[in-house]
Amino acid sequence: MQQVVFGIVAALIVFAAVRLVTTRNLVHGALYLLGVLAGAAILFLLFLAEFVAWVQVLVYIGAVVVLLLFGLMLTRAPIGKMVLDSQTRPLAAVVSLAIFGITSTIIWKTFKGQTIHFAKPNTIDTLGTAIFTRYVLPFEIVSVVLLAALVGAVVLARKEE
Amino acid sequence: MPVAWVLILSSFLFSVGIYGVLARRNAVLVLMSIELMLNAANINFVVFNLLLHSISYIGQIFALFIITIAAAELGVGLAIVILIFRNRSTVSIDEVSLMKW
Repeated sequence: MQQVVFGIVAALIVFAAVRLVTTRNLVHGALYLLGVLAGAAILFLLFLAEFVAWVQVLVYIGAVVVLLLFGLMLTRAPIGKMVLDSQTRPLAAVVSLAIFGITSTIIWKTFKGQTIHFAKPNTIDTLGTAIFTRYVLPFEIVSVVLLAALVGAVVLARKEE
Repeated sequence: MPVAWVLILSSFLFSVGIYGVLARRNAVLVLMSIELMLNAANINFVVFNLLLHSISYIGQIFALFIITIAAAELGVGLAIVILIFRNRSTVSIDEVSLMKW
């Protein structure tokens, strides 16, 4: 059952990711990114990480894709067919294929016999307790980082008087 | 379910992201490819949390941190892209070579 779901979602993710980096229409690219992010959210649900899955839906699908679409519109991106690739495309294909080949060979050799067991139920309250007791300092630090990034973005994008 | 399938899927996602960063010309598309790579890392963290049966859910917590950092990175990145567009009327990273040696 889990393997069937994983196969379908993996096919969706692979298709959407490849189309995202090959499409000639910018807005279609954002929609393919939406497909990849939704597929990853389904994978998180499958791997018993409900909270991460819903954070993915809220933050990525709800905010990040909308922000990217705003970015496309604000930079007056020409919508329609156009040349979006630079001259380094063959070299980029070689590099990414080499990285994929090396990493997947190593992964296959290392994790060949290991399987996932979907035994332990995961609950959100244990995750919340872990965040706010043991990992509360990194949590606060990451919130400060987020605040600094937001202030920095406002300062950068503001018009000079 | 073999864990290698999931890891190979996420390494594929990462390689596609690298291709997008290197081959695309529009800066917003480059930012989208960076999101692909961060998502590949997130899938890895969540699946290793499940594989190792971590009691403290450190993998899932780390995935949440990565989502936060990705949002911050995207905000600053888009602000820079909009600033470049305002100054030079282009977002093509081939033409933004001011700091190239």
